[in-house]
Amino acid sequence: MMTLDRKLTRDLWRLRGQALAIAVVIAGGVMTLILSVTTLEALSGARERFYASHHFAEVFADVKRAPLGVVPRLQEIEGVNLIEPRVQAAMRLSVAGFDDPVRGLAQSIPDGRQPMLNRLHLVAGGLPEPGRDDQAVVSDAFAEAHGLVPGDSLEAIIDGRRVRLRLAGIALSPEFLYQVAPTDLMPDYQRYAVLWMNQRTLANAFGMEGAFNRLTLTLQAGAQREAVIDALDLALARYGGTGAWTRDDQPSHRFLEEELNQQRIQATVLPTIFLAVSAFLLHVVMGRLIQTQREQVAVLKAFGYRDAELARHFGLLAGMIVLLGWALGVALGAWAASGMAGLYRDYFRFPEMPFRVPLWALALSLAVVALATLLGTCQAVWQAVSRPPAEAMRPPAPARFRRSWLERVLPPALLGHEGRIVLRHLARHPAKAGLSVAGIALSAGLLMMGAYQLDAVEAMIDQQYRQVLRMDMELTFAEATPARAAGELRHLPGVLAVETWRRVPVTLIHGHREERTSLLGMEPEPQLRQVLDGDGRPQRLPEAGLMLTRYLAESLDARVGDQLEVAIMEGQRRHVTLPLAALVDEPLGVGAYLTRERLNALMGEGPAISGAWLLVDSDRREALNAALWKMPGVAAIGRLDQAERGIRDYLDETILLFAAIFVAIATSIGFGVVYNNARITFAERARELATLQVLGYSRAEVSRILLGEIALLTLVAIPPGWAIGIVFSRLLNQAFSSDLFRIPLVLTPQAFGIAASGVLAASLAVALLVVRRIGRLDKLRVLKAVE
Amino acid sequence: MHDDRVAALEARGLSRTYQMGEVTLQALSGVDLTLYRGELLVMLGASGSGKSTLLNILGGLDTATGGEVCYVDRSGQRRSLTGASQRALTRFRRHHVGFVFQFYNLISSLTARENVAIVTEIARNPMTPESALAMVGLGERLDHFPSQLSGGEQQRVAIARAVAKQPDLLLCDEPTGALDFRTGIRVLEVLETINREIGTTVAIITHNEVIGEMADRVIRLRDGRVDEIHVNAIRRPARELRW
Repeated sequence: MMTLDRKLTRDLWRLRGQALAIAVVIAGGVMTLILSVTTLEALSGARERFYASHHFAEVFADVKRAPLGVVPRLQEIEGVNLIEPRVQAAMRLSVAGFDDPVRGLAQSIPDGRQPMLNRLHLVAGGLPEPGRDDQAVVSDAFAEAHGLVPGDSLEAIIDGRRVRLRLAGIALSPEFLYQVAPTDLMPDYQRYAVLWMNQRTLANAFGMEGAFNRLTLTLQAGAQREAVIDALDLALARYGGTGAWTRDDQPSHRFLEEELNQQRIQATVLPTIFLAVSAFLLHVVMGRLIQTQREQVAVLKAFGYRDAELARHFGLLAGMIVLLGWALGVALGAWAASGMAGLYRDYFRFPEMPFRVPLWALALSLAVVALATLLGTCQAVWQAVSRPPAEAMRPPAPARFRRSWLERVLPPALLGHEGRIVLRHLARHPAKAGLSVAGIALSAGLLMMGAYQLDAVEAMIDQQYRQVLRMDMELTFAEATPARAAGELRHLPGVLAVETWRRVPVTLIHGHREERTSLLGMEPEPQLRQVLDGDGRPQRLPEAGLMLTRYLAESLDARVGDQLEVAIMEGQRRHVTLPLAALVDEPLGVGAYLTRERLNALMGEGPAISGAWLLVDSDRREALNAALWKMPGVAAIGRLDQAERGIRDYLDETILLFAAIFVAIATSIGFGVVYNNARITFAERARELATLQVLGYSRAEVSRILLGEIALLTLVAIPPGWAIGIVFSRLLNQAFSSDLFRIPLVLTPQAFGIAASGVLAASLAVALLVVRRIGRLDKLRVLKAVE
Repeated sequence: MHDDRVAALEARGLSRTYQMGEVTLQALSGVDLTLYRGELLVMLGASGSGKSTLLNILGGLDTATGGEVCYVDRSGQRRSLTGASQRALTRFRRHHVGFVFQFYNLISSLTARENVAIVTEIARNPMTPESALAMVGLGERLDHFPSQLSGGEQQRVAIARAVAKQPDLLLCDEPTGALDFRTGIRVLEVLETINREIGTTVAIITHNEVIGEMADRVIRLRDGRVDEIHVNAIRRPARELRW
């Protein structure tokens, strides 16, 4: 079939504009899948590999102080595999030339050796030498943030004493892939460090000789996780155990898991939407493209070409376009994914993050677009070949036109000839017009979903940092402190207001559901840390009972009025029952709230606090930092503006980048659809347009007919496009809710604007291209020849 | 006339109706016609007389709503086209019929040579595209695209394309309809040559009475019926025609 194949390549070249536009639509759908799936696999693959090679523990338990002598007994618990006790302690650090306070978390490692579990991946230097108590390994993100290298030194306050530490090495740990301070949501590498020091050093410094306060262990294959945890809790309760937990509650793992979940959702929801939309558009566009080749089909049939041969010919034409689009999508997707992988490498400290495009994603995306295209192609080819060739070759008989109802409603002067032609043409082919409108509306919907993501993230951060967290600084004390300490804070330089809080770790139980979290006791009407209702109004804490973040209540399957069992993991470890009094709507994190007084009463303690929120005069921040540095009881100092910046940076770089990519893809898809519609309309009506020009119509007048049709279709498509956008956004919103954050469903006027202006801009660009083409129309040739 | 004439195609009682919206159009009603091997036949008739419909049905491009069409192959075997499957009709067109259309219907993305090749590639015993084009006097313009050829040249490419497979029947629908006089004569000369030299049965539809003079027989159609069959005692050479 040499000549037919030559026709194929020439046709492809002749249709290159349209072919490219279709390829862009395909590429858009494929790119979303490849990007999402590749990023997901890179992330989860790197994590699994690192966990396995560095023996990441599976169960963790904290105690106040337990003798090392109990470890052999714990080892006997059925299902326990490896077990390793260690000392861990919060400390404050200061780095030369950096003014802000730095929080540190020190972990012990066996003197001069790698631990059995949670082994370190040394990036530079080595482990502390045995017997040296002034050496430490620091986390690589922190070292990088400050430009520290082995041999540099740090100042630490350990248990109230200032100690100079020399950096022996810089390391990554599977336990701290995501390095976030206990009360933060986002990593702040400048102000939070993880350190590893010799067991003996930390034990001496924190009064833990012959003892431990953190237990890590792995499980035997097939072990009953719950049974092991129950046995551990029972054995450790008398040493002040706060309840063992699994990886699911380990902060770094949990965050990574959340991130992977987001990716998983993104890798399912977005490509599904995009691929479905581009499949639909392909089907339509390809079908119409083949229809314009009707006469050629008839001629070839007249010469005796078989239906199968023609189907193969047009199948190949479609196939080439699909392959082009698919290859483009794969290349762009892989390119974007390698960029995303680079970003994630910064956030999650993996020693290596090899990335490759999974084969199944290649196959799946190819199958979807090929199927969609072939379906559209086959239908059109079938239509073309199923008619007797004589009928197909005759120029189509003048179609039956009617006055449309709109014409009867509108005054004739308003429409003019052009308007009438446009209206009657659309009314004559309602199905075709409907498909065009659907195509444009779908791309508007995609655009709106992209815009929604951008707006929603902004709204979420705004709500969290303007309405919920209104303090400038958060102080965390090393241990529960009498409430009168607040008075002392009020007198520090630059402090404008102080509000105290008490935090206690608990497990909330409702029916068979359990959640590990903490109770936060606050003022009855907290000002610096508000709790909001569904409409964003601050609420007063209930006299009795708990307030829960809506997401937490839902995951406990609890409704207002239900009784919740509260297992307190501190002090006397009481079990109490409290009613769920109200729900809180907050976008970030989850929590359980009650008044501090009530919490103190539950604990059976006097007025104690775990920390304080400060409103600070920013001009006197340095004096305040200096004063706080001298207060050893303050274990951690958090600055809210930095936390906000951290979360903004993170979201800007990840979610928003994703969203921006999707907006770009949606725009290209929109352009592809409008362009193809216009080109096909042009091809279908070239005769008519040429006739009008021959009759003396100007180019502008003729253009108005075509542009009028494009404009009308686009305008009609915008409202349904918005509706589709709302549906898509809602879908995305539901898929994206996690206990780390819940993106609010805010649809701003801008989102509607972006959706509308996106398709309008695409139409305008297409209109300009089409007008140029009308100028080049060879009137006589078009009128003479059918072909 | 001569009793030794061999039928190539026989139509008996052919009728064809079209449903055009709410109107039923009777394009053919009860047409009886035989095409003889090697003859040159001209069908005359006004617009709407049913000549294109008849030609399309004879060539297997369309199917009749009533009556019968039979094709007689070289071994004398009769094959009915009435009720034949699309596959059978395709085979018939592929191996036995060549078409020439009023608007040439060349494939614009292929050169003259390729437009012919697209047919020779699927034919059983074709001539080469080059010799087919040489026959119509276009041996020098093999690699021109349709857009680079004049109307007459395009029609000659179309004729070359139709005869290249050495068909038994060459059916031409207004082959000169879109051409000026001089070019039209040139095209008719080519058809005459093919009929004479290869012995192909040629049927030409036209509404130009003068063209009838070059035929063995002239069939006049009116309102979907055969109105008159006229046999020319002497065929007039195409180059002598004037209109």
